[in-house]
Amino acid sequence: MSDAVHPHDAHGHGHHDDHHEEGAHGTFGSYMIGFGLSVILTAIPFWLVMSGVLGDPKLTGIVIVAFAAVQVIVHMIYFLHMNTRVEGGWSFMAMALTLVLVVIVLAGSTWVMYHMNNNMMPHADMDMTGEMNAGHDMSTMANMSEMP
Amino acid sequence: MSSATATTEPRAYHLPEEPHLHEGHSTMLGFWMYLMSDCLIFAILFATYAVLGGNFAGGPGPKDLFDLPLIAINTAMLLFSSITYGFAMLAMEKNKVSATQGWLFVTLLFGGAFLFIELYEFSHLIHEGAGPGRSAFLSAFFTLVGTHGLHVTFGSIWLITLMVQVAKKGLIPANKRRLLCLSMFWHFLDVIWIGVFTFVYLMGVLR
Repeated sequence: MSDAVHPHDAHGHGHHDDHHEEGAHGTFGSYMIGFGLSVILTAIPFWLVMSGVLGDPKLTGIVIVAFAAVQVIVHMIYFLHMNTRVEGGWSFMAMALTLVLVVIVLAGSTWVMYHMNNNMMPHADMDMTGEMNAGHDMSTMANMSEMP
Repeated sequence: MSSATATTEPRAYHLPEEPHLHEGHSTMLGFWMYLMSDCLIFAILFATYAVLGGNFAGGPGPKDLFDLPLIAINTAMLLFSSITYGFAMLAMEKNKVSATQGWLFVTLLFGGAFLFIELYEFSHLIHEGAGPGRSAFLSAFFTLVGTHGLHVTFGSIWLITLMVQVAKKGLIPANKRRLLCLSMFWHFLDVIWIGVFTFVYLMGVLR
């Protein structure tokens, strides 16, 4: 849509559509930078978890999620060539909306279900596993009906 | 209506000139929209896994089942396929047909290796009695990882289709556009895999 405003020869080469030009950009160097970064950003989390150097699982979890977030951004920039100008900014807008929805779905689901589990079935997890191991389905049922 | 305003300047309720839209002008944006909706499918599957991932029903958990070295190899396969697809795109921009085909073929091999390892993992799990019917955790696991694998499968079929297309018609604009779409699809699957190996495999073993 921004095509109508821009003078067409601003792009120099050829009569290609501006959109296609922007979508295809990427050089050998940029691909290699992206690849190198993603190898590092993949290897470190695997190493952290497999060796357990950080000791604390919670801390390790936070660190590997941070690495994943950075790697997603690296892939977006170097492999998917995402920026705020592609397709006149509409790709970025779509991605931002998707990101909002993803956060709502993930955070909302885990939050609601966590509270539901906590408030509706106290310690159900432990009782269930114990009973299931014993293999008595009927006693599990009985046990559940006894719960307050 | 029009006769009444004919004396004054004619009013146009449409664009005075049709915009010059090339064939496939909005394909990239449209395909991006598709990828974003696909992203929402994965978000829902991730949310399902996040909610059900702890319900083992007395069965095996992630620590008993997941083989991290295997997953690391799998991740490497997908990462290599991403960079080789990137090389295919660079060759395509230079209109080198045989180099493009070669890199596409290498990408296909890496994609195939990824699928092979994943299927081996799945069959191993099912053999151990940890199939999708064992517990809510395993149902959610197989649905999430299986959906990703299914995407890679269809991406590979699409890749073969495009290699045949390029072999028959060369790097015509339509084929270039299709290859760019598949490029986005392929890299997108790699992005989803980052989420899978982090949240499912690594976090699973941590818990």
